[in-house]
Amino acid sequence: MSLKHKDLLGLQELSPEEISLILDTAIPMKEVLNRDIKKLPTLRGKVVATLFYEASTRTRSSFELAAKYMGADTMSLAVATSSVQKGESFRDTAETIEVMGVDLVILRHAMSGAAHYLAQCLKASVINGGDGWHEHPTQALLDMYTIREKKGTLNGLRVVIMGDILHSRVARSNILGLVKMGSEVRVVGPPTLMPRDIEQLGVKRYYSLDQALAGADVINVLRLQLERQQKGLFPSIREYHQHYGLTPERVRLARNDVLVLHPGPMNRGIEIAPEVADGAHSVINQQVRNGVAVRMALLYLLMGGGAEV
Amino acid sequence: MENGKTKARIMDAAKMQRTITRIAHEIIERNKGIRDLVLVGIRRRGVPLAERIGHSIEKIEGMAAPIGILDITLYRDDLTMLSPQPIVRQTQLPFDLNDKHVVLVDDVLFSGRTVRAALEALIDLGRPKTIQLAVLIDRGHRELPIRADYVGKSVPTSLTEQVKVKVKEFDEIDEVTIETLEQ
Repeated sequence: MSLKHKDLLGLQELSPEEISLILDTAIPMKEVLNRDIKKLPTLRGKVVATLFYEASTRTRSSFELAAKYMGADTMSLAVATSSVQKGESFRDTAETIEVMGVDLVILRHAMSGAAHYLAQCLKASVINGGDGWHEHPTQALLDMYTIREKKGTLNGLRVVIMGDILHSRVARSNILGLVKMGSEVRVVGPPTLMPRDIEQLGVKRYYSLDQALAGADVINVLRLQLERQQKGLFPSIREYHQHYGLTPERVRLARNDVLVLHPGPMNRGIEIAPEVADGAHSVINQQVRNGVAVRMALLYLLMGGGAEV
Repeated sequence: MENGKTKARIMDAAKMQRTITRIAHEIIERNKGIRDLVLVGIRRRGVPLAERIGHSIEKIEGMAAPIGILDITLYRDDLTMLSPQPIVRQTQLPFDLNDKHVVLVDDVLFSGRTVRAALEALIDLGRPKTIQLAVLIDRGHRELPIRADYVGKSVPTSLTEQVKVKVKEFDEIDEVTIETLEQ
């Protein structure tokens, strides 16, 4: 069984078996993070480049560390100080990196579909680190790994994704992945931040947080992008918190052993209360650790193999 | 998994067990006991063999030696040539390796590359005092200067043949056969 793709562009293209393969491969990778010598020889001589047109702490450093732990060399293109400022096109930037011998590029870009375009231009493998509103597959994979590690399975779990679903590539990838793996997914948020026809993805839509959280096994809290308030999509941050903030009282509406996830960075006190973020149900720090393991697994599956893919 | 015709059966279940018992005695003899001794089975079939050797050791000495599992997939030297990539499984070494006498256990010693990978993996994980190698079958054709300390049976083979070790844990039967590879 192998990943029969050159790239990882989204969870839409993956089968449940492929998702399981990635999650299973991340398990031995996680063990490496506990070692004294966090270095494997597996991807020695391979070069991994990160090309991030949008800001990131977690995703970019997570990929860089994953590549280094696997023994690969890394290269990070700081777009803000690159020739992109001189107007160099996206395609030229990418091809320039490729001809220097880069084997894999991780791209984050503001336009949906940017990673697909890049994958067509390059012979190198491409991983989508987040494209516009479309997908953020590695975040969803690490979320699923975290849930599966704690709950044993994804099948039949009640997972609530709460917040700004409309603008969230994290939500979209999570929905696609969790539904494929047999979870029951509920989305909840203000109507102005909820896509129409979201049920077509196989989820149940709620506008009341209290209703959505009843009996939940997992709660995934999305970051509120504060700039959306300027566009009049919700009246005030205080009101957002009142209706859609995850407080300890609301966590009690879910099951006793509910998990609380957040992709980060958090707006403490807005979409998530600090006591919940730091509380017993929170697995937010483990998500970050699992993220490195999942990305190591992806690098192995995309780069570790032979010529014919 | 049969990709060749069975040419000969060189061990049945009883012979396998007697061989394992003998190897266990040799390990105890050479190490003058089992102090600081650990057994590390190389996935996959080295693992049940390590467990059986451990069981024999416990029967003889009245005490058990710790047993660990080593997956060497990420240390292989041929990964870029394999498609699809081999599945990676967990390494489980529930003990500190420093200053221990590690006995690596594998089913068949052939080119020596698996053992080379295992040595590299072990050294990344700690600093054993000694590393020894126990194999059920040594079939010759070494490509690297690697040798086993404990050998169940030396079997001369040709390169058109394959030695197949079957263990009850994975294959429902204990036996060792030589197969000719389908041309």
